[in-house]
Amino acid sequence: MNATATKPEAFPEKHYVNAEYGIRSWLLTTDHKRIALLYLVSVTGFFFIGGIFAALIRIHLLTPAGYLVTPETYNKLFTMHGVAMIFFFLIPAIPAVLGNFLIPLMIGAKDLAFPRINLLSWYLYMIGGGLVLFSFLSGGLDTGWTFYTPLSSVYSNSAVAPAVLGIFINGFSSILTGLNFLVTIHTMRAPGMTWFRMPMFVWTHYATSIIMILGTPVVATTLALAGMERLFHLGFFNPALGGDPVLFQHLFWFYSHPAVYIMILPAMGVISEIITTFARKPLFGYKVMTAASLAIAVVGFLVWTHHMFVAGQSTYAALAFSLLTMLVAVPSAVKTFNWTATMYKGSVSYDTPMLYAFGFIGLFLIGGLTGLFLGTLGTDIHIHDTMFVVAHFHYIMVGGAVFGYMGGLHLWWPKISGRMYPEFVARISAIVLFVGFNMTFFPQFVMGYIGMPRRYHTYPPEFQVLNVLSTAGASILAIGYIVPIFYLLWSIRHGAIAGRNPWPSTGLEWQTASPPPTENFAVTPEVTWEAYDFDNRPDLGLARAADRGHK
Amino acid sequence: MSEHIVSRGIYAGIGATLLIFTGITYYAATVDLGPLNVVIALTIATFKASLVVLYFMHARYSPRRTQLVIVAGFFWLALLLGMTLSDYLTRAWQSI
Amino acid sequence: MHRTGELYGHFKTPGQQREAASLGMWVFLITEIMFFGGIFLTYAINRSMYPDIFAEASRELNVRMGGINTAVLIASSFTMAMAVWASQTGKKKQLTLFLILTLILGSVFLGVKYFEYAEKFHHHLVPGRNFQFPGDVGSRAHAQLFFSLYFGMTGLHALHMIVGAGLLLWLVKESLRGRYTPQYNTPVELVGLYWHFVDIIWIYLFPLLYLIDRH
Repeated sequence: MNATATKPEAFPEKHYVNAEYGIRSWLLTTDHKRIALLYLVSVTGFFFIGGIFAALIRIHLLTPAGYLVTPETYNKLFTMHGVAMIFFFLIPAIPAVLGNFLIPLMIGAKDLAFPRINLLSWYLYMIGGGLVLFSFLSGGLDTGWTFYTPLSSVYSNSAVAPAVLGIFINGFSSILTGLNFLVTIHTMRAPGMTWFRMPMFVWTHYATSIIMILGTPVVATTLALAGMERLFHLGFFNPALGGDPVLFQHLFWFYSHPAVYIMILPAMGVISEIITTFARKPLFGYKVMTAASLAIAVVGFLVWTHHMFVAGQSTYAALAFSLLTMLVAVPSAVKTFNWTATMYKGSVSYDTPMLYAFGFIGLFLIGGLTGLFLGTLGTDIHIHDTMFVVAHFHYIMVGGAVFGYMGGLHLWWPKISGRMYPEFVARISAIVLFVGFNMTFFPQFVMGYIGMPRRYHTYPPEFQVLNVLSTAGASILAIGYIVPIFYLLWSIRHGAIAGRNPWPSTGLEWQTASPPPTENFAVTPEVTWEAYDFDNRPDLGLARAADRGHK
Repeated sequence: MSEHIVSRGIYAGIGATLLIFTGITYYAATVDLGPLNVVIALTIATFKASLVVLYFMHARYSPRRTQLVIVAGFFWLALLLGMTLSDYLTRAWQSI
Repeated sequence: MHRTGELYGHFKTPGQQREAASLGMWVFLITEIMFFGGIFLTYAINRSMYPDIFAEASRELNVRMGGINTAVLIASSFTMAMAVWASQTGKKKQLTLFLILTLILGSVFLGVKYFEYAEKFHHHLVPGRNFQFPGDVGSRAHAQLFFSLYFGMTGLHALHMIVGAGLLLWLVKESLRGRYTPQYNTPVELVGLYWHFVDIIWIYLFPLLYLIDRH
């Protein structure tokens, strides 16, 4: 091991990609790594579909009168942007791609507990995605990604039914992925891999799985009821027939608020891995971090009605939920504190994943703190349904989840592909993404705060400067998304050979070849070290902290 | 995970109890007890469901982890029902 | 994913495989609880808004058929439990017998359900254009809410029964081949868990739908 860490390694002859050939070997694979690649391709597809809608929205908002599309089309654009991005990119992105690829590797297992169910999850995702695309193409969707009734169930003239069915089916993909992860983490750990030796990435996926398992079924029911209401003219959520639209919102947000944590928790896991790797230090407050992950999963379920402060719910319930909302900030703040503390006196290097991690911490901080504005009952009434909300959740979802995804993709690209990406271009690209992102969304905080509502296809002329700024930023943002596609694809052929453990890092996934063989490990590994124990791992070829000259 | 084999006698006893309580729940519904009717109905249903979970589904003899999963499931169901009802039931408190 | 005998290659021991399967099934049942939970919540809110109409509409349901079905389902749960017992103690003939009995009782339940649904069609109690209910437009709409929930909840339950019947059919076929032994009976155990869960849903549906107000 010592020798291999210092000598340049050869590319493995046999690995999971060339283990079998032909389209059949991919479409019928049960290898978690191959399924992860299937997901990688499909979520990237949905990301760019959603991205096109976003681009059209930003171009439309260049002028106050909005000449590009009709008001109806504008409604469809932001709806389809939301649906594509949330249900088909953000929710599956990190768990289904990185989680799928890494969880068995990180805990020393040969595969997930239920490999065939894992493949089924991907097919459900594709069927759901296909139905949603069908809805986009056959009239579009204009209900908002939240499908509020009775607009979605009675009044909308767009293709609601196939979209609802698609998201319903996709929900089962998410449920089964969560179930698979949870059972795998419980039952498939290698000898010696105790709960508190697991990487934080696995812990955050454990917490994410809990949300997927307990939340997703509820949104499935909700959408099924709304869909039946639309098809058979029933009245569960239709006030004209005695139903209650607020009930729909309760049921919808019972899942869709925790869904935010489905997007952000895995990203937090990625960031923990990146920071320990590039600060060459154990994660500060490891056990507190695990507790914080679980706390986010649990407390995340107690705050959903803060989306409904102005929807007519009881003031007393709103007060209680506003208070509970403040509680979620605590574990999130603990995590941010621990990441910074991990870097303190570490030997920090500024590789691409680390740049994304820095971006994550800063943007998540802004996103989280502006969330407190929105969770506070009085302030929310002022900024509810303004661009401020749009800016807030993009800071969490793009600044948080997407930066985490990009950082993770770069950190584990050598493991996935066996090749290094070009470091310099990648760093520039990360910086471009950060700049573009802030330029796009920071102005939206300002325009929202001074009164520009969200989801309007037109706006008063005084908001134009801010909107132009935002659109200009979006063009830069687009470059930051497109460039990695090119250099990552380029690196598959031309990148330097990565070797087992290029950074180096402590996880089990770095002990096997890059790319790993189909069965992951030649021999089932036995874990004898604690998580992130950089100091007592001579096999990594690192100097001990004491010898590195730290006081 | 060693399997616990529940005896046939216990199964028969539980089955009979479930049938008896089905009868009781019907007769309880024929008596007018005001709001207590629904409380009694749900209490009996929960008692019956607990018997099924504990004995037919072996939860009583299952590993801790399985028991935790069951408790978590019902806890989250209670969260969903209870916290939503907390909105509906406090709406009438407002004087405006 | 190769397998030797009953053990899939990615598991180290049969114990690990059984543990994973059992935990997986329980977690799946938890998702089912939440799935039904959403409908139960819809029911609770609607009933609390229109208690009188719900009571009136509930009296339209056939409590005898509902009661018989409850007994049938409890009996099927008992036979299923006995099937698990037979598989654990290696009584292969009894296993097949109890599985078939469970399947028959499940089919009886679905048969009774069919006649109940047919009756509702005859009485114009199916939500839609031909829905009829005494009273003004409001009470008609609210009664229709009750029947939408009735068909939604019992329909979803019946769907689960049909899936369960399919699983039982598969178990019968495999048990005839003598596949289940005291060492390997996980499928019987897991289908059992599922079947009992479906029974539990009905234990709640019966008083909530049929017995709102019977005095």
